[in-house]
Amino acid sequence: MTIDAAIVRKVAKLAHIRESEDRLEGLAKELSGILQWIEQLGEVDTDGVEPMASAVALALPMREDVVTEGGNPVEILANAPAARGNFFVVPKVVE
Amino acid sequence: MSDPADLTGLTLADALEGLRGRRFSSEEITRAHLEAMAAARALNAFVLETPDRALAMAKISDARIASGEAGPLEGAPIGVKDLFCTKGVRSTAGSRILGNFVPPYESTVTANLWRDGAVMLGKLNMDEFAMGSSNETSAFGPVVNPWRSEGSNRALTPGGSSGGSAAAVAARLVLGATATDTGGSIRQPASLTGTVGVKPTYGRCSRWGVVAFASSLDQAGPLARTVEDAALLLRSMSGHDPKDSTSLPAEVPDFPSFVGRSPKGLRIGVPKEYRVDGMPPEIEALWAQGVAWLKDAGCEVMEVSLPHTRYALPAYYIIAPAEASSNLARYDGMRYGLRVDAPTLNEVYEETRAAGFGEEVKRRILIGAYVLSAGYYDAYYLKAQKVRRRIADDFDAVFAGVDALLTPTAPSAAFALGEKAADPVAMYLNDIFTVTVNLAGLPAMSVPGGLDAQGLPLGLQLIGRALDEATLFTLAGALEKAADFRARPQRWW
Repeated sequence: MTIDAAIVRKVAKLAHIRESEDRLEGLAKELSGILQWIEQLGEVDTDGVEPMASAVALALPMREDVVTEGGNPVEILANAPAARGNFFVVPKVVE
Repeated sequence: MSDPADLTGLTLADALEGLRGRRFSSEEITRAHLEAMAAARALNAFVLETPDRALAMAKISDARIASGEAGPLEGAPIGVKDLFCTKGVRSTAGSRILGNFVPPYESTVTANLWRDGAVMLGKLNMDEFAMGSSNETSAFGPVVNPWRSEGSNRALTPGGSSGGSAAAVAARLVLGATATDTGGSIRQPASLTGTVGVKPTYGRCSRWGVVAFASSLDQAGPLARTVEDAALLLRSMSGHDPKDSTSLPAEVPDFPSFVGRSPKGLRIGVPKEYRVDGMPPEIEALWAQGVAWLKDAGCEVMEVSLPHTRYALPAYYIIAPAEASSNLARYDGMRYGLRVDAPTLNEVYEETRAAGFGEEVKRRILIGAYVLSAGYYDAYYLKAQKVRRRIADDFDAVFAGVDALLTPTAPSAAFALGEKAADPVAMYLNDIFTVTVNLAGLPAMSVPGGLDAQGLPLGLQLIGRALDEATLFTLAGALEKAADFRARPQRWW
């Protein structure tokens, strides 16, 4: 699979990363190189093989659905780029 | 009062003995390391020095030693990779996007170390979000390896991503350090700096409070100068943590007690697929030497086959970027870290992430977003997960007949900064021998084996069964004894 500038533009949009038009060709070439190298996986027979999502063969542990920590807005907001009162200030999203 | 140079030259085990025997105080050994750290800024190993905190912790340790309440690591100064969140101390993951993020919480691994009495000297440099094999992707610039080729002043990489940890340990700036390993980020730097690095079984150390890269692969572990020191650190770092749902509810063995035991009768596999084309003859010779050392120690060595080895790196470069693209979606400029203002919300996201992430991180996010996107998910991501299963099955099959595997750690000694930075795939190949165990979740460690013709260290890797780090410590102890690796980098910094 070869990646072209249009695919890079689309994927960058999906990933919320601005890429300037003059960088798209270079990135397309780079990513194509990596994907071509990855495509050797096609040689592996994986018919009937169960995909492996985790290195741990444990069922996820369950716990009571109760609050374990909370009520500390000062700590939570301490790193906010912008905050007012007990709230994060974010850019306006509706006109 | 002891000579500061003597105090930084101690192993962690000897330092702990000296502290317990009151031959020197934690304040003295901490000051000696703070001086060494301040004199070594040319290495760029630290991204943040925390001398005030170190001295405050040392004073508490001295009081605990005096009152007979010393923990297992009481008073020992160590360094922390900047991927671990440390409460009240800036934690950056080597990225601009975290800006001046000061965590309001402490990672479980570092909390365990402080509980046991360790003293923090500072935060260690690393590849951005642990994505790199040379430390060159750090927003703080590369770490320089304290080792140099004989007769050369060329700056070499300490490896990555835990390059700051490895360089600080090798240069005697810390008695040991925390590190993390997603595809080789503890073991490859250990090999390139003549240090010992352990990647434990997935789930042995809690991931809570460790900035996430690829969650199904990330695992914390120690870097140290001896096998025993690594065992001491890992014993404190390990343990079940309810805050990490993949943390294993397993007892932590007394790892140091397995160092120094005889490995007689253990069966060692040598996987033939690790003999790759273009392997430098010195690495092949060291590998053969490692086999001979283990045979001399009474091990039975046999050739084994891991047929899917060559597919591990390409599978990793789907799985790790896919997980990273998802994990790194949280850096949106809203709640912490960098925010670049722009007219609309989407533009704020896009500008923030464009300015905050470095090139390699962006590359991996784009690959990850691509392989997860509609139409490609089955062909790439699902395929890679199936190949991952076959790689894990290969290990299961060989561990029916052997107790551990012996391989080289890295395909080369330390290379020059800049040498591989232009070719992503060439850089990725650094992890060719290490990445397999991350996919399978197995423990592995790197032990210094010797020096190459340029006088640069080379490591040997041991791979074990899940949760069997203890056998690896026994074998590593035997290799360490046989190799008698005493070389140190000549101080130039």
